[in-house]
Order: sequence, then structure tokens, then C-alpha cells
Amino acid sequence: MIEITEVPSPFCGIGTDDLTIRVDGILLKVIENGCAVNTPAFEQPITDTSARVDGKDVSLEVAVAKAAELLIDTKLPLIGGCATDVNGMRGLLALADRCGAVVDNMNFTGARNNFLALQDSGWMNTTLAEVKNRCDLLLVVGTDLESFAPRFFERYVWNKEAMFVEDTRQRSVIYLGKAPSGEASKSPNGQKAQVMECATDDLPEVLAVLRALVKDQQIRATSVCGLAVADLQVLADQFKAAKYGVVTWAAGALAFAHAELTVQKLSEMIKDINDLNTRCSGLPLAGKEGDQTANQVCGWTTGYPARTRFSRGYPEYDPFLNETSVLLASGEADALVWVQAFNVNAVPPETTLPTIVVGRSGMTFAKEPAVFIPVGTPGIDHAGHAYRMDNVVAIRLKKLRDSGLPSTAEVLNAIEQALQVK
Amino acid sequence: MLIKLTGGTVYDPASGVDGKLQDIYIQDGRIVAKPTEAVVDKEYDLKGKVVMSGAIDMHTHIGGGKGNIARTLLPEEHRNDPVHRSDITRSGCGHAMPSTFVTGYRYAEMGYTAGFEPAMLPVNARQAHMEMADIPILDKGGYVMLGSDDYLLRMLTAKKDQKAINDYVAWTMHSAKAIGVKVVNPGGINAFKFNQRKLDLDEQNCYYGVTPRDILQVLATAVKEIGVTHPLHVHGCNLGVPGNVQTTLDTIQGIGGLPMHLTHIQFHSYGTEGDFKFSSGAAQIAEAINKNKNITIDVGQILFGQTVTASGDNMRQHANHKFASPNKWVTMDIECDAGCGVVPFKYKDKNFVNALQWAIGLETFLLVDDPWRIFLTTDHPNGAPFTSYPHLIRLLMDRSFRNEVLSTIHPEAQKMTTLASIEREYTLQEIAIMTRAGAAKLIGLKDRGGLSAGNWADITVYTDNNDRQKMFEKPDYVFKDGQLVVVDGKVVSTKWGTTHVVQPDFDPSVEKGLKDYFDRYMTMKLGNFKISNDEITEDGRGSISVHPLKGDVA
Repeated sequence: MIEITEVPSPFCGIGTDDLTIRVDGILLKVIENGCAVNTPAFEQPITDTSARVDGKDVSLEVAVAKAAELLIDTKLPLIGGCATDVNGMRGLLALADRCGAVVDNMNFTGARNNFLALQDSGWMNTTLAEVKNRCDLLLVVGTDLESFAPRFFERYVWNKEAMFVEDTRQRSVIYLGKAPSGEASKSPNGQKAQVMECATDDLPEVLAVLRALVKDQQIRATSVCGLAVADLQVLADQFKAAKYGVVTWAAGALAFAHAELTVQKLSEMIKDINDLNTRCSGLPLAGKEGDQTANQVCGWTTGYPARTRFSRGYPEYDPFLNETSVLLASGEADALVWVQAFNVNAVPPETTLPTIVVGRSGMTFAKEPAVFIPVGTPGIDHAGHAYRMDNVVAIRLKKLRDSGLPSTAEVLNAIEQALQVK
Repeated sequence: MLIKLTGGTVYDPASGVDGKLQDIYIQDGRIVAKPTEAVVDKEYDLKGKVVMSGAIDMHTHIGGGKGNIARTLLPEEHRNDPVHRSDITRSGCGHAMPSTFVTGYRYAEMGYTAGFEPAMLPVNARQAHMEMADIPILDKGGYVMLGSDDYLLRMLTAKKDQKAINDYVAWTMHSAKAIGVKVVNPGGINAFKFNQRKLDLDEQNCYYGVTPRDILQVLATAVKEIGVTHPLHVHGCNLGVPGNVQTTLDTIQGIGGLPMHLTHIQFHSYGTEGDFKFSSGAAQIAEAINKNKNITIDVGQILFGQTVTASGDNMRQHANHKFASPNKWVTMDIECDAGCGVVPFKYKDKNFVNALQWAIGLETFLLVDDPWRIFLTTDHPNGAPFTSYPHLIRLLMDRSFRNEVLSTIHPEAQKMTTLASIEREYTLQEIAIMTRAGAAKLIGLKDRGGLSAGNWADITVYTDNNDRQKMFEKPDYVFKDGQLVVVDGKVVSTKWGTTHVVQPDFDPSVEKGLKDYFDRYMTMKLGNFKISNDEITEDGRGSISVHPLKGDVA
């Protein structure tokens, strides 16, 4: 039995790397600094150690050969999930390139709200250490931040010391849209976050008014979607008075049509504030299920984010047409490869297509896939790299135990090799 | 296997060989002396061909977060240049900010065998190395960025001595796996976070009271004292600001004889004369370079067309966002470490400013006397994509072609440049110095950039052609570590290059202060911040090549 300290997590998206984990054979126990997201993800037991073909245990070699056989004559295989580490994504993209597949990260439909805004007008963003040391005003838009990342406030807002904020307990935290589900946003001196509650799908209207107020436009209405315009005016003035305001949102939480326009409005408002003689930055929340990792690696390998097809021999990005559900519903896809090394509950979508699952050990299926290859989890069973929410920082994941499970990269490289030989 | 390259005309400035007929032998990846008995396994007849070592791009943005932001920002740009996969190459995209695989293929197809990322943030170095690990064929390396990081500025405010700073710089180089140190808008990226929008050489950071001059002084001293061959790599203050020629001259004077490399100096050579209050400072800059032997420069030539600018200098990128074309842009503040800014640009020959920028770059090339102290760059992709190098070489080597292009640019810009009267044409040997021997010497690469026995066999073979653009865009053969990778300008096989680093000594107690700082203010543990060798080598493709420090016994 050993205890490993300073363990980084690929699960929570905010790059916590101070966990202490007790390792007893293949059993893990989070001893220190766990949270509702990380602890169960680390402690998930290994159940499957053998690959299966049609539900029967087989060797890894047989499963790899069967996967290659299923893929060899396909016209448009679909590689979904895409939840793995950097090397896993490298293997995944090499396989996709070889067999002309579509690559689609499972969080992309949410992330699309950010990508469409970024690719249309850009943004001014910041990273977690800047928030920790500079932020004096935090606006949380449409997102329950503490259920997304339970330790966000403890690590980056209520940190005892900051280089440029005299008393971190005095930071202003304001929720717009959804109210927080718990108390994490309450300051250590008891100050509760201000909540300006409105329905999530009212945010476009509310933010249009907020941006207008930031730009000193006249608003005749006195209230918008139940919020007093006077209160929004106070918020606009707070941003102008703040030294380093930060606006955060989770693109996936903005679950209404054309939420990309709301992300764009926020991002343009942030740019406006930077033209009013102060600083302000955006902080999109993400980093779950390997989403940032998938988009980063696909970005440097193809030029595009992780909703890209290779069916014509070169990468083509389409944030709508390359969506897993669209390709399954239309019948365009003719095989499904589901790659998910982090989360046993993120199972492949229902389909009658031949399905190959390269998944975390412990995954259970309503319908047994043609091929199931259990893989190790990056940061538990093998070393690796994962990107956290702010994209700049790739964390170095540690190997904590010897489970004998192969990595995603090993499995996908083997399938790609098998296709090369055929 | 013994390979013989027979009868080529060799340009090898590293050995003082200038256009001499010579045979070259390759064995086990390296160039060897003529063996006395061994049988030649493969011979290439290079009669009438020009032979140089593989070219080295000493300043090219090929790895790191800002490049990936640039890629993500511009899907419409990639759609114009899709790159098919083949049996031996991966698919991807090209033009302004190509995918990693295409970057490697296209560099190799122009005869380049190494490229160096000049703006590797310590906290983003992992990404830079991971991206560069996916660039095939090329060797690579990075200059780690310091100067706007709060740790250094706190040290300066606390009046830490030079030795403490040297230890921190050396530690950072180890941690980030770097071969050089760069400073970008010294202290300016930091000042932008405090809402300062400009920072002159002697202007104080409003929080720390430190000036860019102070930062340049301590960093240039540190780089020299810890024995790093590549001088401090400086992207100066006031990039793109009319009148910044004076800032640049003051920067040269202010460094007091310490070795210093001024990068993309074209963007820092602007005067304020003329009707448009924008003029060329190239002559003054060239005169200062010619006089001050401690200074080296690369040009950062702009060439007309669409590109994207990706820089650590978020202060200046934010100021220039109004020129974004298409109109979308990104800036980031990054981890109390640095920042970045990505702004797409379309340089137009009929735009007065762009046209004069073009002329200023060329004037600089032609007025600086010593080709060992000036380097051929477009600051890829900021001035133009690296694929425009053959065109740039033709502009330098062919006066009539140059003047032909000059006659087509904005007429007022033609009046504001002395370019038409400059007769100089670069020779093949001078091109070989700028893009090979000089670059290897500047970076401190052992066994690269030359063709004498003992060097790695990175070799490019061209067909002599008066149209220098045609000549340099399509080499007959390129060998990387002795392996034939390109024939007739097309990749025929691929391999993985190495990562070049230096490892200067530091006092291990430097980590005491760093650990305390990381625990209190950073978002990761010190131990998780440092990049291990494994991270570069564990996939079986990468390798690390450690180069000597100054003062090491050769």
C-alpha cells in the first residue's frame, strides 16, 4: 500500500493537482482533497480486464483484428466520444485519417457555442492563475459553477493570498441567470454571492441590455425578464470600476437555440469594457471528458476542432453536419467507434451499426457492442497529458497503479496498424 | 550503408567552402571523411547541382498555444488549402498556419531540416513540445519566454542579485526544455494586465516600478553568465509603432555590449517622417547593426497576402486589433506568466503602410553588411507564411526582379524607400550563411549547419537556376540524418527529428523560493510544472539532443 501525493486530475477540468491517493493493488482511495467529481472518478473499480468480441472474452490481438475487420470496408465510420489523453487523440486521429472517419468529441455540441463565436469575432480570455491573483469581480453566467467544478471557489476565488488582491474575501461574485446550488460561492467572511436570477433562455435578452448599458446606450424599459434595469446598470458600473473583471460560463449550460450569439455578446461586451480604461476577461469553463484535449490535438493535427471528417482524404470541419446524432439518424455513418477512457457512464449512443467500444473498464452496455476493449484511464493506469479548461495548461498525468490495461493510444495504434497491413 | 554524393558544387560556409566541387560521404546518419576501402552502397550524381546543408529556421512559430488559437480561429483559411493524405504522409491543411504534419512536409520540401519556436511560455512549453513532436522530419527547439512573468518581476522589485536571477533562468530552461531565452515586449505583457497600454524602454511597470531596460539588462546578463550560446532573443518595446526606430536604437545602446538578438526588426524600424508620418528607419538600424558586433538580428520580412499574426505581445496585439482582416481576433492573459494575441492580417501592396513595411524589410537585408549576423525570417506566420521563403530569396538575389516588384507597390511608398538605388544582390554563399551556418552558430547547434565530416547529414541539393524562387522551392534531394526524405520537392519518406536543448547549471536551492511561490499563488504544484525528459521521449519517436554551453570543452 502506498500513498501518492500531488496527483493531478483529468476529470474536473480545473486542473486540481493536489490530491493524495492511497493505492492498494488496483484499489484507489482518495485520502485528501477529493471532491464530488474527482473522488468517484478515481475510485471507480476495474471490472473488465479482458477484451470481448460479441460478448465473449478474447485476447487483445483478436479484438484488435476484429475491430480492423469491421472497419476495413466501411465508407464512413464515426469515431465518437473522443474522451482520452493527448496520445490517445494522436492514435485516434491517425486511425481516422487512415479509414476516412468522422471524429466528433462528445461535448462538441455544447462547445460549439464557443467555437462559433470565436470563429466569427474572437474574444479576450484569461486563465486560472490570473483569476486567482487578479480577479476582483466575477460574473457567473447561466452556470452552476460549483456542481461543474466543486473546488473552483476554494482554489481560485477564496484562496488566502493573492498577489494583486489585498483581501480575497472582498471579491465580488455575481450570478446572472441560474442561482448557485450550494454555498461554495459564499465568501469566507460570510458574504453571499449576489444572485440576479432569470430563466436560462432569457439570458440573450438580459445580456443584450447589459451590453447596451456597458456602452452607455439609453434603455427605456425599467425591467427585463424580471430583472430591474437599474440593477443591471449597477452591474455594468461594477465592471467599469473593477480592475480585473472576469466573466465565466459553461458553453454546454447555455442550452437554448443559437446560444453562440450569447457567447458572442458576452465576448464583445468584454472587449467593450477593455476600451473603457480598465481590464476584463472571459473564462469559458470546459475540460471534461477530454474535450479540450480533443480540440487541441485535432487543432494542431488538422487545423480544425474535434468535429472533423476525413472521408475525402483530407480534413473537413463542419460543426453541424459532422455531429454524431445527425450521422446516426441519417444513416450516413456505417460503423461506430466509441472512445471513452474517463467515464464509465458515458456509453455509446443507441445504434444498430457495428460498434467498437474502446472504453474505461467498468463500462456496462444495454446492448453488447461487437467489440469491447477495456482500456486504462489516463492519470490512473498510465501517464499522459490532458488539457484543463483554460486550454493553455496541459497537465502531466501520473501513473498510479499497474493494472495491465492497455492505453487508448496502444489500442487505436494497433487497430490502425492492422488496417495498414490489410 | 555508405552513401556518396558525387561532384556537386558545395556551399558550406561553416568550413569556408564557397562553391567548390566536392564529394560528400554519408554513413550512419552522419557525414564522414572519404573512407579508404568501404564500398559505396548508393551514389548520387550531383554534377551541376548546388549542395548546401539543410536549412535552419531560427525563428518560426511552429509550436504552442497561440498557433493553435490561430488555427482554430481561421477554418475558412484552411479550406483553401486542404492537404490529402498519402501512403506515407498524413492529411492536414496548409497556408498561413499549417497543421503540424504539413508544417514538417512543406519545410522539408523547401530544403529545411530544423525550425525553432521562439515564444515558448514556461507554462505552455508542454504544449509547444507536444505540437512540435507532431512535426515530422524537422529537428526543433524552443526559446523560453521570460520578462513579463511575475516571479522575475518580484525578484527585481526585491532587488535579488544577478546570481539568483541566473539560477531562475537556468532552472526555467531546464523545466521548459529550451535552447534559448526570449523576452517579448519586456514587462509589457505584464503591464497590460495592470491596464497599461504602452510601455517605453524607460517607462515603469505601474505595480513593480521595473522598466523594460532593467529587464533586458538582467536577462541578457543571465543568458551570458549561465553560458547559453544563443544571445537573449529580444522582441522589443513598441512593436509596430511609428517612431519606434529610436526605441530600437536606444535598446541597442542600452544593452552595453552584451550579446543580444533583436528579432523581426522590420517591425521595430519605423520613423515618423513624410506626409503619412510613417517612414523607413532601416538605414539607421543597419548602421547601428554594422557598428555593434554584439547585436544579431532577424528581419521578419512581410510579404503581401493573407496571413495571421500570433504573438506573445498581447499589449501590442490588442492595440493593433483594429487592423484585423478578417475582423476577428483573440488576446489572452496567461497564468501570471505571459500572454498572447492572435490577429489575422492581410498585407496589401497598394496600402502605403504595408508597402513601406515590405521595403523596410528588404532595405534592412541589403544594408546590413555581415550575413553572419542577420537571418532570413518572415517571423512565420506574422510577416508571411514560411512557404514564401523562396520568393524572398529571389527578392534578395535578383535586383531586377526586386525593382520590378517595387514598381508595382503603392507609389508614395516607392518614394519613401531607397530600395531602387541599392545594388546589392545576395550570393548563394550569403544565403547559405543566413539560413544554415550562421543560424547553427547563433543557436549553438553542435554538428548541424555544416557539411564537414562529423556533422549530421542534413543536406539539401538544388538545381542551379537563375530564377532563384524556382530553385529554392523545389530541391532535387533533401537528406535528414542521412535519410533521403525529399526528391524533386516532394516528400518520399518521413522520420522524426530531435529536440535541441541546453542544460545550464543552477543551484538546486532555487526551488525553495519557487515552491513557496507555486504553493501560494500558482495553480499547479512545482513538481507537476517541470517537464521531464520522458514526456518528450516516451512515445518512442522523440529524442533530446543536449548542446554544449559556452566554455564547455568541445
